[in-house]
Amino acid sequence: MARLEVVEEKCVGCGACLKACPYDALSIESSIVQVNDRCTLCGACVDSCPYDALVLRKDGAVPSAPPGYRGVMVVAEQKRGTVQNVSFELLGAGRRLAEDAGGALTAVLIGHDVAPQARRLIAFGADRVLVAQSKALEGFNDEAYARILARIIREQKPEIVIAGATCIGRALIPRVAVELGTGLTADCTGLQIQEETRHLAQTRPAFGGNIMATILCARHRPQMATVRPKVMKASAPDEGRAGEIVEIPCAEEELSTRARVLKSVEETAGTVNIADADVIVSGGRGMRGAEQFALLSELAKALGAAVGASRSAVDAGWVPYAYQVGQTGKTVQPKLYIACGISGAIQHLVGMQSADTIVAINKDPDAPIFKVATFGIVGDLFEIVPRLTREIQRRRKAGR
Amino acid sequence: MKIIVCIKQVPDTTSVRMDPETLTLIREGVPSIINPFDAYAIEEGLRLKEKHGGTVTVITMGPPQAASALREAIALGVDEGVHLCDAAFKGSDTLATSYVLAQGIRKLGAFDLILCGKQASDGDTAQVGPGIAVQLDLPQAICVRKIVEVQDGRLTVERSMEEGYDLVETPLPALLTVTKEINEPRLPSLKGKMRAKKAALRTMSAAEMDADPARIGLDGSPTWVEKVFPPPQRGAGRMLQGEPEEQVGQLLDEIEKLKLG
Repeated sequence: MARLEVVEEKCVGCGACLKACPYDALSIESSIVQVNDRCTLCGACVDSCPYDALVLRKDGAVPSAPPGYRGVMVVAEQKRGTVQNVSFELLGAGRRLAEDAGGALTAVLIGHDVAPQARRLIAFGADRVLVAQSKALEGFNDEAYARILARIIREQKPEIVIAGATCIGRALIPRVAVELGTGLTADCTGLQIQEETRHLAQTRPAFGGNIMATILCARHRPQMATVRPKVMKASAPDEGRAGEIVEIPCAEEELSTRARVLKSVEETAGTVNIADADVIVSGGRGMRGAEQFALLSELAKALGAAVGASRSAVDAGWVPYAYQVGQTGKTVQPKLYIACGISGAIQHLVGMQSADTIVAINKDPDAPIFKVATFGIVGDLFEIVPRLTREIQRRRKAGR
Repeated sequence: MKIIVCIKQVPDTTSVRMDPETLTLIREGVPSIINPFDAYAIEEGLRLKEKHGGTVTVITMGPPQAASALREAIALGVDEGVHLCDAAFKGSDTLATSYVLAQGIRKLGAFDLILCGKQASDGDTAQVGPGIAVQLDLPQAICVRKIVEVQDGRLTVERSMEEGYDLVETPLPALLTVTKEINEPRLPSLKGKMRAKKAALRTMSAAEMDADPARIGLDGSPTWVEKVFPPPQRGAGRMLQGEPEEQVGQLLDEIEKLKLG
């Protein structure tokens, strides 16, 4: 069994580790650190000690992986017969990993009448596409997809399996990982083959994005990871690229499912989905009312942006919950986030702080939002926002 | 209906941050709370009980202080709290955790529905809910934003999708993970708090649950955290000066440089 050890000769009782522990598991008694029951072996304290007095002891040597696994597999996602962009992004990352780790890059596509889409997966980097088709698999269903994917993985033995951290991905991949009894790391922002060990280092945010963690799955194969859309980059497609398309037949028993989808309902037709948007114009308590959000809609229209909101604006009933960005709403990673009348409470920041560029417009110069803003304007948003909209329209007319 | 809600006690994440200079986690007093998404699962369980009758049991895998999370749930109206507590569970990743919770649930007898929050706010993986569904061989619906109907042993729900939702129907028993759109959690009553204080919790060790030692704790975890570090820091920003006219002009110049296309 593993445990956290305090090397008494090295510990000076400085207390740096106490501050590092998210679980309040450390205390100081007679100038030596004590570890209590709350310790979850997360390891956050180990790096914090200036004297190397903390050691996380795992039993046994660095484990090696089971043999016979090779190559990278991308679980492609299709909706209504069309492969989603995240699949091409994953192929971009998968190609890089396959080159480093060795082996082929395989894509798996499950659905109905999707074979034509397989060519696109090859153009974006797959050496081989395995297609499992049936009318019963037309729309995503958790049990059948998981059962078939697990079987394909057992047969193909890839070293690494990556999939999109999408609504489908979050339902499908955890089921597959448990069926296979292997490790899964969700929402990875970084995937690298470790030079020495050749294991996949999986980096992801934790604690609401306040810290980053690197995860390893050394003893089991495949190493499974999901990645959010727009985190990885697709390679430029090469329509002439050669690749193999293989039909994977499915047995009747594999297609059975208890839960059924009765219908799929689209709700965002006509509006830009905030999670996919490259530009978001967001309003907070400073907007003062529902009507004033019209100013943001106009700015958003001029920019081709989606409209977002802080929790204050949603709780006040000015905009629907679907607009909410933050800890209790959506997490977004747009190229540009314009925060209007948003103070920048941490609960909002965790939802948007990974935006490439952040603009803050607020009349309070001490608003915390300015700490994360790339560009800040201290001013009256009711003056600034309409001016912004007009100037964009003017520049566009002038051909800029 | 016999409803089981899986909960986790987590540090309040808004107070956990990393100091980029010292590379230490900074936390203000780390209050422990019921994982925010689990509060919505508890509330949905209580609403189903109010509508259809039955019982709501909360179950958690956690160190001794997690018992306070069970009592918080009982204060809200939950009937029973089950604490899976054993030093051997320490270091469990999501696979080991889903195994432990599934084993614990097996000891509780027949049930109709398992409710979980979508994800825990410390690990943020959203893996344990579906993991339990597989361990117990249950149909599932993930990220449910509304339970539409429960009738004749069948459940109809709205499962969130990127562009809207799927209407999903499943026989019971089943497992659902829920999002914050599903309801507004209630606050505990004074009577509830008093009841929670006196409530007897059911505690189970690994041995009492017939848990396989190879499948729990670090031994049962294919993944582990190799290191933690602070997220990339944003450089200091620029405040745009001058009259509103000038500020707007400068801002648009900068936005044009971004080449958003």
